[in-house]
Amino acid sequence: MRINPRFTNKFVQIGLNFQAFFTVSILVIIVAIICFKGLPYVNFEFIFAYPEDMGRLGGIFPSIAGTILLALLSILFATPLGVGTAIFLTEYTKESLFTKIIRFGVESLAGIPSILYGLFGFIFFVIKLRMGWSLLAGVLTITIMILPTIIRTSEEAIKAVPRNLRMVSYSLSATKWETVTKVVLPSAIPGILTGIMLSVGRAVGETAAVIFTMGSSLRLPTSLMDSGRTMAVHFYILAREGISMEKAYGTSLVLVVSILLINVLAYYIMNKAISKYS
Amino acid sequence: MTMNIKIAIKELRVAFAQNEVLKSVSVDVYKNTITGFMGPSGSGKSSLISVINRMIDFEENAGIKGEVHIDGQNILDGDHNAVELRRRIGTVFAVPIPLPRSIYENIAYGPRLRGIRDRIMLHYIVEDSLKKAFLWDEVKDRLSMSALKLSGGQQQRLCLARTLALKPEIILLDEPCSGLDPISTAKIEDALSELKKDITIILVSNNTKQIARITDFSAFFYLGELIEYGTTERLFTTPTMKKTEDYIQGKFG
Amino acid sequence: MIKNPVRKEQFVKWVLVAFALSSLLFLFLIFMFILFEGLPLFHKVGLKNIIMGSKWAPTKGFFGIYPMIVSSFFVTFGALFIGAPMGLSCAIYLSEYSGKRMKMFLKPALELLAGIPSVVYGFLGVIYIVPLIRNYIGGSGFSLLATSIILGIMILPTIISISFDSLVSVPKTYREGSFAMGATKWQTIYKVVLPAARSGILASFILGMGRAIGETMAVIMIAGNALRIPTSILDPLRTLTGNIALELAYATGDHRLGLFSTGVVLLIIIMILNYIANFGIKRKM
Repeated sequence: MRINPRFTNKFVQIGLNFQAFFTVSILVIIVAIICFKGLPYVNFEFIFAYPEDMGRLGGIFPSIAGTILLALLSILFATPLGVGTAIFLTEYTKESLFTKIIRFGVESLAGIPSILYGLFGFIFFVIKLRMGWSLLAGVLTITIMILPTIIRTSEEAIKAVPRNLRMVSYSLSATKWETVTKVVLPSAIPGILTGIMLSVGRAVGETAAVIFTMGSSLRLPTSLMDSGRTMAVHFYILAREGISMEKAYGTSLVLVVSILLINVLAYYIMNKAISKYS
Repeated sequence: MTMNIKIAIKELRVAFAQNEVLKSVSVDVYKNTITGFMGPSGSGKSSLISVINRMIDFEENAGIKGEVHIDGQNILDGDHNAVELRRRIGTVFAVPIPLPRSIYENIAYGPRLRGIRDRIMLHYIVEDSLKKAFLWDEVKDRLSMSALKLSGGQQQRLCLARTLALKPEIILLDEPCSGLDPISTAKIEDALSELKKDITIILVSNNTKQIARITDFSAFFYLGELIEYGTTERLFTTPTMKKTEDYIQGKFG
Repeated sequence: MIKNPVRKEQFVKWVLVAFALSSLLFLFLIFMFILFEGLPLFHKVGLKNIIMGSKWAPTKGFFGIYPMIVSSFFVTFGALFIGAPMGLSCAIYLSEYSGKRMKMFLKPALELLAGIPSVVYGFLGVIYIVPLIRNYIGGSGFSLLATSIILGIMILPTIISISFDSLVSVPKTYREGSFAMGATKWQTIYKVVLPAARSGILASFILGMGRAIGETMAVIMIAGNALRIPTSILDPLRTLTGNIALELAYATGDHRLGLFSTGVVLLIIIMILNYIANFGIKRKM
């Protein structure tokens, strides 16, 4: 007995609609839970006060500061390296074995899971280079981790700049580097910024790579060699050790909202760029 | 009548991969004239231009043989500084390509590259260049507007003004008026006729009427070969080669 | 400082080459150090004893990670079991059924889903999924089932976006041809579009697997901590990633080396998976 294909078609269509709806609702549920459960505990004091009693009381200011420091410093290191690599690959060479090898390196880096970054960062920065658990060790590890993303998005952005703009610049007696800095990069900046924002989002949410390199000190990191926490690490410890469900929810709310804002910002920049050129 | 030769092209051969685009072309371009390079698509005229301004350097797989002398110096010499060369040679492309910035900044781009920082100087250059391109009156009140907002004809005149800002000795134009309205075309042609007093101009065009209108000398190219070269007047009234005659009469192209 | 312009260009080029090489340098360093720390134990204790050994008691000289290898694969396939059908369905919906407005709504939603940190997934899994399983199905709740569910959700964005890219790159003419022959939409998708997008979809699954097998934080929060191979989906387990994450902070000497050996095994598995996936994507192109 054959089922009428029109019936199957309709059935599938309804099924797929449902499926999509279901997927979106997962997201909505997650965000809703965190908002409702966390909101009561997030207030001015929560954000700016220091934790007390292992985090059972007080606020999460040091971990917010730690997160910001880690993210900003990592971006500071990774952006020149990443954009520079992207510029090299697109402007200064043509496709060859050499570029294939470099791309292989970048893709491989991208595929390494964060726990292995944590493992590497631990043995290399913390132990061998004797940095101890420190902001610096964390920053260097996260820099390497986000480098592939920045390279990829920068390359795409740079490639999207029309070739004839470069030709115009050259015909007006600009050198290659002048063309790159005065014509190509300015046009590619929105795409590059989007990549940076995405990387920041990733760095903010990272735990495995951070906890084994930056450590988990509750104190506010005031120097590069200080240990500290990020919000994600703090959240993990609160939850795992069962220190305080309330504070955990509160921390997760600040964490997720931060990432949400970063994503929204990235989207905004990207859309602004698209409208500028169409 | 002895005229100065500004650009001497000697037995130039250009090939992309195995495809020969220019087959041993020799032609002399005289100083302070408008010389037209005409011919149907694929005749190699654009490639010839890209050799003169060394923009061909950016093409992969380009093989070049022969010499191009400007003021007696072979610019294809390995040592020759291409960047400096392009300061002396302005190029206007077939499609107007304004930089995504203001009108002012478009014109100022070149001078700034050469180190001119003085604002009064820059403003003078911008005004002078726009006047010579017959665009000043239309944009003088809105120099900070984005160049992308100009019409096609205005953008192309902007591109011409942009090259003028570097005070070039030579200007190469590759089918600059294709797709432009007649008024813009006329303005550009008028501008060129004025500019030739101080600048050697090469105009590449598939529009024989335009060539007849404004050029002093014409060269007819066909499939990579120079078929005929001489004063425009002679070429258009008494062409020696049948192909030239057919082309001018519009029998192909 | 005025440099000869030609020299300046050369200088810039070499600086950029150095930047580009840095990626290779980092990759080299990572491989070097993990291998350097991890390989000696294989030599000392024996490859077989580590990869095939069932007992993990590193302070007593037992470095068997076989149960963890198996568990890692179990959670990966479990995640795929849950995530692949859902993910592929969503991708099909996005590419074949949804209108522009839906797309504009769904795409950011997906990116947001991808942006939620692993620890948050783990946390919510502990609070909601684990008790659910404990109360309604059985066991302690910390289980292969819980891990598969959460990981399945976590790899959704990966599967959806790559499958979606693969589906939309199937030329319109394929679909039109099928419609012209009287096929329904679903028939067209099933018989024409999906087969054409097959290698990209497969690649998305493999990349999803790569993601799942490398997941750490969510897994250690909800998988329990059992050192035995799970015999049912309700049994707790420990993955390779969990092994490293749970003990690295206090491990010393050979114990620490054992964790690096775990890292080596994990690294090799991931590299193979990534290579297969990239190879698959490249074949599609």
